Amino acid sequence: MESDEGERLPMSRRPEWSDVTPLPQDDGPDPVVLIDYKQDFTETMDYFRALYRAQERSPRALSLTQEAIRFNPGNYTVWHFRRQILESLDADLHEELDFVERIAKSNSKNYQIWHHRRWVAGKLGTDAAIKELEFTKKILSLDAKNYHAWSHRQWVLQALGGWEDELDFCRKLLEEDIFNNSAWNQRYFVVTRSPFLGGLKGMRDSEVSYTVEAIMANPENESPWRYLRGLYKDDIQSWVNDPKVSSVCLKVLSIKSNFVFALSMLLDLLCHGFRPSEEFREAIGALRTSDPEPLDSDLGKAICHVLQHVDSMRANYWMWRKSKLPVAV
Amino acid sequence: MEELAADKHVKYIISIEKKKDSFESVVMEHLRMSGAYWGLTTLDLLGKLDAVDKEEVISWLMQCQHESGGFAGNIGHDPHTLYTLSAVQVLALFDKLDVLDIDKVSNYISGLQNEDGSFSGDIWGEVDTRFSYIAVCCLSILHRLDKIDVDKAVNYIVSCKNLDGGFGCTPGGESHAGQIFCCVGALAITGALHHVDKDLLGWWLCERQVKSGGLNGRPEKLPDVGLLLMDLENGGISDRPDDAVDVFHTYFGVAGLSLLEYPGLKAIDPAYALPDDVVKRIFFGK
Repeated sequence: MESDEGERLPMSRRPEWSDVTPLPQDDGPDPVVLIDYKQDFTETMDYFRALYRAQERSPRALSLTQEAIRFNPGNYTVWHFRRQILESLDADLHEELDFVERIAKSNSKNYQIWHHRRWVAGKLGTDAAIKELEFTKKILSLDAKNYHAWSHRQWVLQALGGWEDELDFCRKLLEEDIFNNSAWNQRYFVVTRSPFLGGLKGMRDSEVSYTVEAIMANPENESPWRYLRGLYKDDIQSWVNDPKVSSVCLKVLSIKSNFVFALSMLLDLLCHGFRPSEEFREAIGALRTSDPEPLDSDLGKAICHVLQHVDSMRANYWMWRKSKLPVAV
Repeated sequence: MEELAADKHVKYIISIEKKKDSFESVVMEHLRMSGAYWGLTTLDLLGKLDAVDKEEVISWLMQCQHESGGFAGNIGHDPHTLYTLSAVQVLALFDKLDVLDIDKVSNYISGLQNEDGSFSGDIWGEVDTRFSYIAVCCLSILHRLDKIDVDKAVNYIVSCKNLDGGFGCTPGGESHAGQIFCCVGALAITGALHHVDKDLLGWWLCERQVKSGGLNGRPEKLPDVGLLLMDLENGGISDRPDDAVDVFHTYFGVAGLSLLEYPGLKAIDPAYALPDDVVKRIFFGK
């Protein structure tokens, strides 16, 4: 492996490249994107174009793509050619995974890198599952919301397997940051798709308890509120009637701070036919200490009214919601 | 309302087309086609499309087309749906779609539809709802939606819908504002918006506005393309205050202002991401 350190010998002075005539970028009639930024980069790309045009799938071409990728990992044509070379040479793909890992460390949000990684892992098959889960874990330890890493991880689970510890992985990430929406999304992915867990229905009770606990610890956290609703997907009636759902709303309201999501969920429950007890009315009344007007007899309207004030940036939204409320029962 | 520094934005966009030695030019070499779309759409929204030499752009653009019918990001690069849509959009801006072999381009796109209705970005098979949008948008502009299985394409997008009403890049992928644009845009173009859970998604999108007024793409992420964050000296818009400006974020900033009906800007069609008058010309012949 060549290193990034030290002086780089221009390719024009390397004997192994003397038979290649570099091919500059053709930018059309009026060249508007000439590359002067770095002489080395220009030279590398000129040699790349020459080899690409000649379709030379050789070991030196492979190492040239490596150099070109180091300069600009976003150039998808270089990656394409690299895959063709890897196939032609029947190269060691485990080594290729190591190469991708080195590049990914400083470019973890680049589509080409992840696509290439998936191609390599797919060729290696189920043997690569553990390595790929470890790899994404490493990337996620640097940025726990890296969209590409999560996509790759979901693909690995579905294509290569490794579901066994995934719920635990989500638990750990949520322990580190309970606001990590990506980890909540992954949790839902596991609960609904893992072949080992019994699906949404089988997991609902324990997941609701877990989620309620997360909400009570941070009622301002948007993610567990949405997750809670997701646990009742295609079963709105259970969501409306499950006392665990309405009671978490009530509990948060009675704390009297960070209650926007609790009010919002209660509003949705009401819109879907939830019959509130007097306790709910009192809790909402207690939120509007400084408001001289009497509490609206329509609880939905009262909620929108409170939200217009406490969530003033979205006042227009809550006004619109108020106008769309079903007729009070 | 403060007047948009239109002339400075125009100058900025022209300058990147002419700048020969910047880092920006180097890393953008392979996606110059998209750079052309972002820059030229911005110019058109500002009413300044005539500031560029149309013939020159089209002549370069047509050299990026491959035998397969697809377009590359630049001359000598490989074709990809990303740049094929950009090329078609640029030609639409110039009202020059007639220079295309429409069947050839649309065959390239339709050939990338997979059995499950999804689309690959190119022959290497990367699948993403971004490519569903690209395929649907491109074929619609070319009046060739009948070349794909639209029902299957719609079903695949719907399979990427999440518990929060948003959409991800593949089934189970986290909701992300960018993917939501693609999925809702594709559903709008195919007349399938009834699959969108409007109330749920509407609220999720409302929640993307953070205290600074900016918008984030996912919960608990930093806001991006703060709509009023312009570099007033040189023109151009960046993703956040203090970050460098670029043509991509300039386009998004100006397009966002256009959606907000900012004075001095043409209206933009939110599904096709082209100026309204261009879309009208495509579908109603001016």
